[in-house]
Amino acid sequence: MNYATLPQTSSQIALPAWRSRTLFVLLLLVMLALFARAVYLQGIHNDFLQQKGDARYARVIEVPAHRGMITDRNGEPLAISTPVESVWASPAEVEIDLRQLMNLARVLEMKPEALRDKLQARRDFVYLKRQLPPEQARKVAAMGIPGVTLQREYKRYYPAGEVTAHLLGFTDVDDNGREGIELALQDELGGKPGSQRVIKDRRGHIIEDAGSLHAPKEGGDVALSIDSKLQFLAFREIKQAVLDHKAKSGSVVVLDAKSGEVLALANWPAYNPNNRKGATLSVMRNRAVTDMFEPGSTMKAFTAAAALEEGKYNPDTRIDTGDGKLTINGRTIHDTHPDGVMTVAQIIQKSSNVGSSKLALSMTPQTFWGHLSDAGFGMRTGSGFPGEASGILRDFKTWRSIEQATMSYGNGISVSLLQLARAYTVFANDGELKPVSMLRQAGHTAGEPVYSPRTAREVRDMLELVVKPGGTAPLAQIRGYRVAGKTGTAHKLQNGRYVNEYVASFIGMAPASDPRLIVAVMVDEPSGTEYYGGLVAAPVFNNVMSASLRALDVPYDAPLNNVLQSTQLVEEET
Amino acid sequence: MARLNVLLLVVVIACALGVVTSQHKARKLFVDLQYEKERAQQMDVEWGKLQLEQSTLAMPTRVEKLARQQLQMQLPANDQMRLVSIGGNEVRP
Repeated sequence: MNYATLPQTSSQIALPAWRSRTLFVLLLLVMLALFARAVYLQGIHNDFLQQKGDARYARVIEVPAHRGMITDRNGEPLAISTPVESVWASPAEVEIDLRQLMNLARVLEMKPEALRDKLQARRDFVYLKRQLPPEQARKVAAMGIPGVTLQREYKRYYPAGEVTAHLLGFTDVDDNGREGIELALQDELGGKPGSQRVIKDRRGHIIEDAGSLHAPKEGGDVALSIDSKLQFLAFREIKQAVLDHKAKSGSVVVLDAKSGEVLALANWPAYNPNNRKGATLSVMRNRAVTDMFEPGSTMKAFTAAAALEEGKYNPDTRIDTGDGKLTINGRTIHDTHPDGVMTVAQIIQKSSNVGSSKLALSMTPQTFWGHLSDAGFGMRTGSGFPGEASGILRDFKTWRSIEQATMSYGNGISVSLLQLARAYTVFANDGELKPVSMLRQAGHTAGEPVYSPRTAREVRDMLELVVKPGGTAPLAQIRGYRVAGKTGTAHKLQNGRYVNEYVASFIGMAPASDPRLIVAVMVDEPSGTEYYGGLVAAPVFNNVMSASLRALDVPYDAPLNNVLQSTQLVEEET
Repeated sequence: MARLNVLLLVVVIACALGVVTSQHKARKLFVDLQYEKERAQQMDVEWGKLQLEQSTLAMPTRVEKLARQQLQMQLPANDQMRLVSIGGNEVRP
């Protein structure tokens, strides 16, 4: 009703003035309210509403990142991630009839009851089965069951299988490293999934890229120092030796003598990393790196080096080992073959415990400890391998004379095989201790001078005698190459007592004139008829070393008739 | 004045149509890009698989077995080897 056009009516019915005023105020209030609401929606609450609006058509999708590849030094792939599909469901949205359920269960190779339980879970997201091969995934997609969706994931494959199992380790179902190199280099290898905002149409097709929130970071490829040819050889030989000698386990390490790079590292027993079902923790352990053992006579090279370095001895100094018995602190040290007066070189060649004890006792504990510590004993090698053992080299202040003597032939000191192999780089590099590396190194790697070049060469010459007839390991001789090495046959320590179980070992380098490779072999508890390092470990060394030298085209440094037949090798204990 | 308005109206309509077309084109191109990306990824996957296959076929274990069993190859015995020095002199082992 318009009062203005009907003045007479208004004058007839005189309305109280407050009514129009009230109306005016009410209208004003409504307007204010609308205005406030507008400000609230478009200003203050804008972000939320914008977000809700976008959510009708914009989606944030995850862009999966690829895990980097692990290759050997020549680019051969050792671990590759390939995409697989995982099937997941949001149970609330699933519409499935009994026949479809049976079908799906069959394709997924699950029990129908188990599948039904999963589909009835009170969750928004449930994995039905992870990491399906593509063919199976395609069948699932073809069924087109609402609420059941595929998701791309990556699965790791190791083409070399058990050969590289301990070295590489493995990843978990989310493709994160859990063991070995996979864990050690997780930061380099692992990719970070990115996310992207996109606009989808009604049918779910992406029609516009609305900008990347963060770009996925693809995992980087890593080139290891491993040579897959040598790795394979090493694995085959150590496996054969462990089986032949009915041993508990065995390990072998091949180092590049010049750079300290690990060319091969293998253990037996091993497992298949592509299918870890049934693999126990003890089988999965990388024994060459994580396990410690008493090295036995392989330590004598360092005792001799320390004694030479102190200047009181030279390789021809004569030492009386008497009748092969030496009693210190009420304990007697024995030689298997008492040989009377021997030179320092012969002590190494024939592996005399009494002789090396006398060499060790000529030094103060601190000096001897210093030389061993300099060679890397009691310290991690810096390989970066997870769970690496540091070995045990006790503080010299706690040493008694008998302990100093037994340590000279490797009892009362613990090492890992990798550590021991690394320590031998000092003899291969004129006294320089090289850092151990699992990654391919470019160019020269600087070492740390530990012994004088002269000492290192003299010890190397002594180690050459070990493989000659009259030494403990004539079986380590290689046709065409000069070999220097040392055997070890150490009694095992069980509950604080030495028992008649042994660790047979051999560590050597070739060609001795200018060493290219160091091969360290360790066989734990050989329980066949043979247990000497010279009989159990030296042949493994021989096979691995000779094949590796051939594979690397290392020129001969000896005439081809250098292998001397010997009637008998010198036996040793420790 | 009215003429100018009509002209502006026509220009506005033309612009609007232009926007719609280019938006449409952009979306089409984007779909193509998406398709190509997908294809690139599939090829990547295939490359990985082929690499895997290659390295599986080239495993030293397999090569050695084939060499020994199918091709009857073997390491030469000592007396079958000749060492030739750089000077050309043959050395009989």
